[in-house]
Amino acid sequence: MGVEGIGASVVRKEDRRFITGRGRYVDDIKVMGMTHAYFVRSPHAHAKITSIDVEAAKAMPGVVDVLTGQQIVDDKVGNLICGWAVHSKDGSAMKMGAWPAMAPETVRFVGQAVAVVIAETRNLARDAAEAVEVHYEELPSAHHIAMAIAPGAPQLHPEAPGNIVYDWSIGEEKAVDEAFAKAANVVTFELVNNRLVPNAMEPRAALAEYNEAEEHFTLHTTSQNPHVARLVLSAFYNIAPEHKLRVVAPDVGGGFGSKIFIYPEEMVALWASKKVRRPVKWTGDRNEAFLTDAHGRDHISKAEMAFDADNKILGLRVKTHANFGAYMSLFSSSVPTYLYATLLSGQYNIPAIYAEVIGVYTNTTPVDAYRGAGRPEACYLLERLMETAARQLKVDPAELRRKNFITSFPHQTPVIMAYDIGDFGASLDAALKAIDYAGFPARREKAKSEGKLRGLGFSCYIEACGIAPSKAVGSLGAGVGLWESAEVRVNPVGTIEVLTGSHSHGQGHETTFAQLVAGRLGIPISQVSIVHGDTDKVQFGMGTYGSRSAAVGMSAIFKAMEKVEKKAKKIAAHQLEASEDDIVIENGEFKVTGTDKSIALPMVALAAYTAHNLPDGMEPGLKEGAFYDPTNFTFPAGSYICEIEVDKGTGKSTIIKFVAVDDFGRLINPMIVDGQVHGGLAQGIGQAILEQAIYDDTGQLVTASFMDYAMPRADDVPSFEISHTTTLCPGNPLGVKGCGEAGAIGASAAVINAITDAIGNNKLDMPATPDRVWHAMQAPLQQAAE
Amino acid sequence: MYEFKYHRPATVRQAANILLKNEDAKLIAGGHTLLPVMKQRLAAPPHLVDLSHVEGLDGIEIKGRSLVIGATAKHADVAASAIVGEAIPALAELASLIGDPAVRHKGTIGGSLANNDPTADYPAAVLALGATIVTNKRKLKPEEFFQGLFTTALEPDEIITKVSFPIPKKAAYIKFRNQASRYALVGVFVAKRPSDVRVTVTGAGSEGVFRVTAFEEALKKRFSPKALDGIHVDADGLNSDLHGSAEYRAHLIGVLAKRAVEAANAKPEKELPEPDPTQPSVG
Amino acid sequence: MTRLSSAQRHLVRFTLNGKPVQGEAEPRLLLTDFLRQTIGATGTHVGCEHGVCGACTITVDGELARACLTLAVQIDGCELRTVEGLAPAPDRLGVLQAAFRRNHALQCGFCTAGILMSLDHYLRAHPKPSEAEIRDLLSGHLCRCTGYTPIVQAALEAAAELAELSRSDHRDV
Repeated sequence: MGVEGIGASVVRKEDRRFITGRGRYVDDIKVMGMTHAYFVRSPHAHAKITSIDVEAAKAMPGVVDVLTGQQIVDDKVGNLICGWAVHSKDGSAMKMGAWPAMAPETVRFVGQAVAVVIAETRNLARDAAEAVEVHYEELPSAHHIAMAIAPGAPQLHPEAPGNIVYDWSIGEEKAVDEAFAKAANVVTFELVNNRLVPNAMEPRAALAEYNEAEEHFTLHTTSQNPHVARLVLSAFYNIAPEHKLRVVAPDVGGGFGSKIFIYPEEMVALWASKKVRRPVKWTGDRNEAFLTDAHGRDHISKAEMAFDADNKILGLRVKTHANFGAYMSLFSSSVPTYLYATLLSGQYNIPAIYAEVIGVYTNTTPVDAYRGAGRPEACYLLERLMETAARQLKVDPAELRRKNFITSFPHQTPVIMAYDIGDFGASLDAALKAIDYAGFPARREKAKSEGKLRGLGFSCYIEACGIAPSKAVGSLGAGVGLWESAEVRVNPVGTIEVLTGSHSHGQGHETTFAQLVAGRLGIPISQVSIVHGDTDKVQFGMGTYGSRSAAVGMSAIFKAMEKVEKKAKKIAAHQLEASEDDIVIENGEFKVTGTDKSIALPMVALAAYTAHNLPDGMEPGLKEGAFYDPTNFTFPAGSYICEIEVDKGTGKSTIIKFVAVDDFGRLINPMIVDGQVHGGLAQGIGQAILEQAIYDDTGQLVTASFMDYAMPRADDVPSFEISHTTTLCPGNPLGVKGCGEAGAIGASAAVINAITDAIGNNKLDMPATPDRVWHAMQAPLQQAAE
Repeated sequence: MYEFKYHRPATVRQAANILLKNEDAKLIAGGHTLLPVMKQRLAAPPHLVDLSHVEGLDGIEIKGRSLVIGATAKHADVAASAIVGEAIPALAELASLIGDPAVRHKGTIGGSLANNDPTADYPAAVLALGATIVTNKRKLKPEEFFQGLFTTALEPDEIITKVSFPIPKKAAYIKFRNQASRYALVGVFVAKRPSDVRVTVTGAGSEGVFRVTAFEEALKKRFSPKALDGIHVDADGLNSDLHGSAEYRAHLIGVLAKRAVEAANAKPEKELPEPDPTQPSVG
Repeated sequence: MTRLSSAQRHLVRFTLNGKPVQGEAEPRLLLTDFLRQTIGATGTHVGCEHGVCGACTITVDGELARACLTLAVQIDGCELRTVEGLAPAPDRLGVLQAAFRRNHALQCGFCTAGILMSLDHYLRAHPKPSEAEIRDLLSGHLCRCTGYTPIVQAALEAAAELAELSRSDHRDV
């Protein structure tokens, strides 16, 4: 049965239900007496609510109730929380403004909920929502970082003077100053990291049911971490105590970070189900997704790098302004700090780093983790800086990188992270070979003769994944531990259920996790079921994000399996009258080494549950649980090279070839790993050439539909060439590092480096739309002048 | 969507009667333009008149020296039609570039023209080829028909029944897509006709489709991309939005026009007699 | 001529994956809501409200249609096919479905139904598609998970297999 164990590209168990239309997503669920919620939302970026009149709406056909923000306050429902306390460099706590689930007094972004209509159908709820009369007194607003930090800018929250949430720093400023003082060359660079909308294809949804007799709530919701949702809903929002609240995240149509957070709509649905004493369903539409799903990225940065005469990096200085939007979302504070600046050493030996990050409130949708979360921003900054340096220093970009690679491990960077292992030269070599680097000049000449501009761009990324060692993140301000849990239940006739705190919303855990268990026991994966996403079934767990499910979630299963196997071996030894130490597990059999004696797993399991003949003192049953808390982050790394062709006439970029070489440690299911890389690359390429959330002068999100927000489509991306180099992660029992975010982290810089190489102008921000590239081509002498 | 009454007439006359009796009634064919707007509650017609069951409105045929396409012919039908491919291959190509396959299987030429979206493709062909828009009441020249953004000469009870395209000697359409919507950021249709050359632009004009007479005159003298060298389109009056500045659009018009001429020249020229001005072009 | 008043519900009869079905719909009810909520066929998904994402793609009388831009009352008397009807038998996957599984052409599964319907429709008429043609077809769909590469692979593999099968006159896509 080894063919279905770790390392095999097993087809997915979960596919059958999806390709036959039998998946079960939140909006697919219908219960008796169900009502539908539709939110009344602010049309203004910043305004005082002077009055809300719901009477006309309440009188509309089919309306069950209309609830407002004041009622949320009156019911003492807690404000939304931010779960990571980040302190400014002066030691002061971050400055948080209150975020009620529906605004009672002030709205601070377009789309913020102010009231909700509960009605018999969605259409009727929407009809009535238009009859809710809300009067606003408009206030001046700030929708961009520069507007928000300008003198005299409109003030969003009284708690945060100047709209500054924190002014944080990491690293040694003095050491960096000294490095720059002795530099032979200094490269400076300014960039914008464009704001993105996650756009998981399934819009968020919630179905809340309240059982009056039991005083019990059930919430089906689109969540990446149902236990965390339950914890937050009960401990902070006071809607229901934990033991009276079941949160279920069934099939979830993609997350990419956006479904980590507990949003106002889900809170309100839960609260409203008790108010109206009927089940309440809310399903967002795409417009609501654009306006209310936490956005990603949105940085403005200035970076300087000091080199010695031999082109070795001496130091790095970075100043970043990060846009948080109007409120601090659940993990937002950690994204541009501990998930960003701690990765600014990249793959390079940088003796001194100093980074400052200023978090800013603006009248926009809240910003939080989106695939990569901080790490794409770090990689993009660093890799554009390296490419700029290579051009300025007139050295080969691959060689400049190689010269500065970290080559001995473990390696302590100046920004917290201690890299455990890696071989950056190996992945760069493999990528250079795959792209045929030596042949590029000839390809460039040929393209030129055909009127096209060809360019090549590199990106050597590193990420911190396997999030995260609890003690370490706790010391940095995290409000939770980031371990994972597992329980392995061997049923009486030998089938197995694994209960995991990880959540699968496309990642294929039902297959990969089963591969681990099946491989260890030598049984088919069909004998193993993975149970996840239901707080009534599964013990407390932390969920899926930060490329953590393999490194942390599977490690917990690994630990539980060790316990199960230990007990099973004892039982087998007892049954076979052999020594426990002589028992080996092969092909589902417990064998006594060197003999032909064996007992099959079902018989061991049955013995455990009949308990007729167990070793003295042994408890019946065969079920073990484990918690796994990682000792360090994991550090997936790799080299991406993009070859691009720019149409001189139109400025349109076409990716000719994209090569990705990743080191993810051990691969559980290479097919699924490749799938994760493919999807991540498309998102990274999307950020580089297509995607951007844009607010107009009045704070309206003008890219609030797929007609204006350009998503990567099949004819925008090439077929990718993916390969792997391997250094096994020493920090976890499986040697895995995680693969979910790499593509989105590494791709953008490679694409932009290629375009700027093609057009000969380094001044270009994402997304490199044809218009922008054409404009950049009109000033091709800029780079030479620098 | 707001509530509305739904009508499914069997004939154009029935449809026109409903329109006449019900102010603000709207026609629906493929629905790919109207329904999204209604779903966003930006349009609230109290009556919807579905043309999809009206027989005989979707024909494609040659009549004399013209290609005649019925109003409810779908983009996919036009794209795949051997008749269109033979008579005006540029029109088939244009239809194949509209939206995506699902859109092309539902969207109709009549619906597209009646909507007169400034970024739609068909208006460029209609104006460049000098097509005649035939309604249940009259025949309209493109210059009369297109009246600015989302505005046409159609009266409230007027229904497009067919469009008659005089066959050009050669023609081509080059579209540069808006990366998000897939509508034309700029689309240029070039037609070499028996008597003249026409160059039309969609996507860029703040008043909808328009002709570039400077290009036309140059191309009439010499139908070659080189003839356009040094002639620039003024950015004034062109659309400028998050997808492209007016300056960029003006530049694209020049680039795409040259490519369209080159594409047209790659096709064999049709032998066509000079038009007889006494003969109406529509059958 | 048919005339349906606004607030009332009207009987809509149609064929869904070969079986006669009926349900009541007011004129403004979208086909997606009708299929999902009234009929209970939830395999067809809604990913956007403006006809771009393609998750709701089905076929109506053999032609591709976006169910989110179709009114329920418009399909009276029509033949509909949805993802639930793709498998030739309950215990057997179609060639295209199997190719999707083999190539890992789906992750979260949300956009998958619409993509399968488009490809199923296309491959019936175009037995030898090129990669560019497949990518053009897929441009009417948004998938946030796969990066499209494996979907293209699956489509090309399915096409090749179908071409092989069609020689033995077998047409389960």
